[in-house]
Amino acid sequence: MIDAVARLGRWALARMSGIGHGTRFFLRLCALAPAALARPRLVVDQLHVIGNRSLSIIGVSGLFVGFVLGLQGYYTLQRYGSAEALGLLVALSLVRELGPVVSALLFAGRAGTSLTAEIGLMKAGEQLAAMEMMAVDPMARVLAPRFVAAVIAMPMLAAIFSAIGVLGGWGVGVLLIGIDPGGFWSQMQSGVDVFKDVGNGVVKSVVFGVICAFVALYVGHEARPTPEGVSRATTTTVVASSLAVLGFDFILTALMFGTD
Amino acid sequence: MRRDRPAAAAGRSLLNWPSAPLPGSPAEADGRDVSATDVPFVSFESLHFGYGDRPLLEDVTLAVPRGEVVALMGGSGSGKTTLLRLLGGQLRADAGRVSFDGRDVAALDRDGLYRMRRRMGMLFQFGALFTDLTVFENVAFPIREHARLPEAMLRDLVLMKLDAVGLRGAAGLMPSQVSGGMARRVALARATALDPALLMFDEPFAGLDPISLGTIAHLIRSLNDALGATSIVVTHDVPETFAIADRVYLLGAGRIVASGTPAQLRASDDPYVVQFLHGGRDGPVQFHQPAPSIADDLGLRP
Repeated sequence: MIDAVARLGRWALARMSGIGHGTRFFLRLCALAPAALARPRLVVDQLHVIGNRSLSIIGVSGLFVGFVLGLQGYYTLQRYGSAEALGLLVALSLVRELGPVVSALLFAGRAGTSLTAEIGLMKAGEQLAAMEMMAVDPMARVLAPRFVAAVIAMPMLAAIFSAIGVLGGWGVGVLLIGIDPGGFWSQMQSGVDVFKDVGNGVVKSVVFGVICAFVALYVGHEARPTPEGVSRATTTTVVASSLAVLGFDFILTALMFGTD
Repeated sequence: MRRDRPAAAAGRSLLNWPSAPLPGSPAEADGRDVSATDVPFVSFESLHFGYGDRPLLEDVTLAVPRGEVVALMGGSGSGKTTLLRLLGGQLRADAGRVSFDGRDVAALDRDGLYRMRRRMGMLFQFGALFTDLTVFENVAFPIREHARLPEAMLRDLVLMKLDAVGLRGAAGLMPSQVSGGMARRVALARATALDPALLMFDEPFAGLDPISLGTIAHLIRSLNDALGATSIVVTHDVPETFAIADRVYLLGAGRIVASGTPAQLRASDDPYVVQFLHGGRDGPVQFHQPAPSIADDLGLRP
């Protein structure tokens, strides 16, 4: 009995210590972000690696999500004789919800794992330790620019995802099914609010960018410096980022649209 | 390369920091005054350190006089690399004191630690080169981070550092395009980029072919003397180390089990020293881990 209580206590202490360590890591990243922006070359390089190289998967996924939204939306709306509202449905679904969430999930899988593996391997290869011994802070030189780049890239990728998704919905609705293009665009124009819908979508994607970048960098930094440790860390990044994004999506949606 | 010094010449305790070069040492041969002060450049005093409940270093006391090449030798897991990490401030001792140029490393804050590290250069076991940077950029890295030099001056400086290790011609290569020995030399050029006062080498000879091994050993000695630096070499490679070191500390079971000049250690009849130097299979360090008898383990007894 005493042993069980002691084990529980040790477990709780380890968890609390982990939370404290993670919080300090996050606050340090945030504190170092302005200094990272002062070295734009480092951030731009990472924007290329993190953002540009995620474009293809974001674009293709956005297109297919738009296709599916167009089809599913049309079959539902036409039952009520409001097929012209397809543009509005597609746009709101993408801008408010699917754009930020799906692009964040894809980002966690594409860029997040890459960041985790890179940092984990740098640790395993003693590159971070070497940097420290050169009196260069790896948090400032390596992690903070990646964090800033990910937070900048995420809303851009979400916007691209939504834009391509809308085009996909238009392709299916207007070109394939033949609904009125004027109705498609005008309903969208009148029903989507720039600040309430687009703005909240942007806020969501920034928050998701922070989550994905923090999880990827933290997990990579804390990975055991072995092949198995790095492999586990990349898996942890995808699982933890995805769950955190979905959880925060619910909270943010409730805060933004819950009282409508 | 240096030669053995007479065993009789080194009768004093090495923990009394000498104010003159050791007899027969390269420093003495060069006529250099290696000790501007009686205070050792680096010292570990009554040091205790462990990972969790497992003690690794117990009551370790050693000193590294200014200008010398000092080797820390011992079997795998004897705590040699940990001593370097303690000196670099990457680990904190459980008890005792680590000092660098008279300052207590544990008392330094982050800024103080970073200021201290700018006076240190470290060669990691496998080089720890930045794999996304060229050889040139690897060597330029610490200079770019710490000095605002015009690009032309930086280029000249990096090429001179690379030339010192014979790799000026490899400046444009990526780390994946150079051999293990070359990578170690690039890392050595990077470690000396800021002309450090202290050079630390973590297993610099591990996994190298004989030619690369001899080259690295020669570079350690020559760069130490050319820069007027002090070097600590963590290794278990006996012949190469004894050829370049001014003094050697032998670690075993978390303690300093022997120390002296290479000649003193060669002349020693201490069983641990004899086993270590001659690679004896059995001695104070047992080949077999303590275990029940093999007959019991294999169930051969009725």
